[in-house]
Amino acid sequence: MTKLPTWADVVLVPVISLLLAAFVAALVLLAIGQSPIQALNVMVEGALGSAYGWGYTLYYATSFIFTGLAVTIAFHGGLFNIGGEGQALLGGLGVSLVCLYLPMPHWTMTLLLAMLAAMVFGGAWAAVPAYLQAKRGSHIVITTIMFNYIAAALLIYILVSVLRPTGSMDPASARFPDAVGLPKFHDMPFLQDLFLKYGPDGLLKLSKEGLPTYQRVPANVTFFIALAACFGVWRLMWHSRLGYEIRAFGKQEKAANYAGISSFKIIMIAMILSGAFSGLMAINNVMGQAERLLQNSAEGAGFIGIAVALMGRNHPLGVLLAAILFGFLYQGGASLGLETTIPIELRTVLQGLVILFTGALDIMVRMMLGWFFVPKTATAKGAA
Amino acid sequence: MDYATLLQILDSTIRLGIPLLLACLAGLYSERAGIFDIGLEGKMLMAAMSSATVAALTGSVWIGLAAGIAGSMLFALVHGLASITFRGNQLIAGVALNFVASGITVLIAQSIFGQGGRTAPLAGDARFLPIDLPFAEALQGVPVLGPLYYEVISGHSALVYVAILLVPITWFVLYRTRYGLRLRAVGENPASVDTAGVSVVRLRYSAVMITGVLCGLAGAYLACGLQAGFGREMTAGRGYIALAALIFAKWRPWQALGATMLFGFFQALALRPDVVEAVAQVKVPVPALDALPYILTVVVLAGLVGKAIPPRAGGEPYVKER
Repeated sequence: MTKLPTWADVVLVPVISLLLAAFVAALVLLAIGQSPIQALNVMVEGALGSAYGWGYTLYYATSFIFTGLAVTIAFHGGLFNIGGEGQALLGGLGVSLVCLYLPMPHWTMTLLLAMLAAMVFGGAWAAVPAYLQAKRGSHIVITTIMFNYIAAALLIYILVSVLRPTGSMDPASARFPDAVGLPKFHDMPFLQDLFLKYGPDGLLKLSKEGLPTYQRVPANVTFFIALAACFGVWRLMWHSRLGYEIRAFGKQEKAANYAGISSFKIIMIAMILSGAFSGLMAINNVMGQAERLLQNSAEGAGFIGIAVALMGRNHPLGVLLAAILFGFLYQGGASLGLETTIPIELRTVLQGLVILFTGALDIMVRMMLGWFFVPKTATAKGAA
Repeated sequence: MDYATLLQILDSTIRLGIPLLLACLAGLYSERAGIFDIGLEGKMLMAAMSSATVAALTGSVWIGLAAGIAGSMLFALVHGLASITFRGNQLIAGVALNFVASGITVLIAQSIFGQGGRTAPLAGDARFLPIDLPFAEALQGVPVLGPLYYEVISGHSALVYVAILLVPITWFVLYRTRYGLRLRAVGENPASVDTAGVSVVRLRYSAVMITGVLCGLAGAYLACGLQAGFGREMTAGRGYIALAALIFAKWRPWQALGATMLFGFFQALALRPDVVEAVAQVKVPVPALDALPYILTVVVLAGLVGKAIPPRAGGEPYVKER
């Protein structure tokens, strides 16, 4: 197989994989008698066509950045963490406990505490499979899947038997106090001007007090924390001793051991960090949006992290871009469900296809690309 | 708990255990050949949808069964392509196929039936009908054993008996045939099989396709036997429980029967919290019963109850030396 130039490896392979996934999804749509072009238009319009749409796209993207980074960290350590979903659920539990029982006078302080709780709970949930992998050799993929199910059962139990307010029927916690609510995009100075509401006459819609009104979007201050997290992970993985040790261990365990890197330490740290980032997602969906703990709060974002990490080639910048792409898919998929007869599940199909092409069939994509690069590299070598 | 309740629970144990058993045996072939398959869930789901759809359209469960097997085998083929031909990551391929199945089944069912992703309810010949074993009625009066035979053993659909028969068949194939020896060898040390002049690729494809057939049976049983039609995400994690059972059984057929029936028993118990409460004398939360198979699997994986060692070459794509 031809070795591809770096730019092709970094840019072309994910793009071609994405196009292949989109192509197969288009075939599926044609097969069920729908128009792929119309679907794409609705998705683009719904997710990117307005500030309102972006407010949702970036909200989803925020969650996916966290879970994508989580999968990325574990991948670099040679570990496949499928447990993001369970870790995010537990992170949500941590966030809820802080918001319900330790609300601070100002949201920033509550946020810091909630972030800490989310990371501790998520990290702890990942620590058990990590320990079992490091000490007992239990396969991390299977144990993290099992822990997803155990987390779901645990959460149902806690919601129904502990956190559910008396008299309430649905399995959810009480609403968080208003003081812990995070600022949304439509609450922030300058940014909020994008979300001004206009009446049919083109004039600003004003409230009774004569103030402008805003469209409410779920994207919140957590988005900027996610951006900071991308930078932080980049520093950690490529500019710190720990990051080097994790990557060395992931590439060649034996060589890393020989260089004095402890397998036990790296497996534990990489998985706990991974779990912590999955858990951190909860400040976006639980604290930032739902403002109470719901039964299935993570809504599959933990799994999408796998697709995001694969698509983003395990680099924080790639994760950021892939997360926005998946945010688009999510919000666009929701518009499809609302405005067309195409079921919302199309986005699950696309998600699966992206994982398939970027994660499992990447060698096929490289082979195909290799045919185009053979003559060029050959001549370049000849010239040199 | 009286005897009648016990029989009821044992009866639902078999009903709930059979799809697990079929999926577990499916995984056994694939993993024994060195291909990890966490896509059992997706294949079952695909089979459930295809079988229910075709059974509803044709009115014949047997044509439905064939369609279910075909749907499952299509996914198995993609899994084989990704993990054998293109030497991709088998785990990621499995995860991907599960997502594709989860979405595409709803898309197809919705476009054909327009009932929110469900298929039309199946009735009559479009379902697997219960078979009464000989003398079940007549022997009902025999104390203890009579009701056991009538309630628990008799009165299941054909696929249940097929699934049980598949256990000794699998054992025989695996340990008493040349194919089985090669299959096990290719999962432990593919290079040795290659050296002996046997095609690793062909062996592994055959195993993956058998997995497809068995997942097809499991899915068809779910949609046309256990329930009357397909509903979104109707497998509800059974593929993963089957995987757990496979590890619990340490990749052996008879133990797979035991493990799946044990997990089926837990599922049956989770449906009857009143009985559990009466027997245990404490209130056991239903989620705890739901989580039991998963917790048990983690305990087994942790090596607390014997060590589960997977086939050695599992998960590794085979690259022929040049």
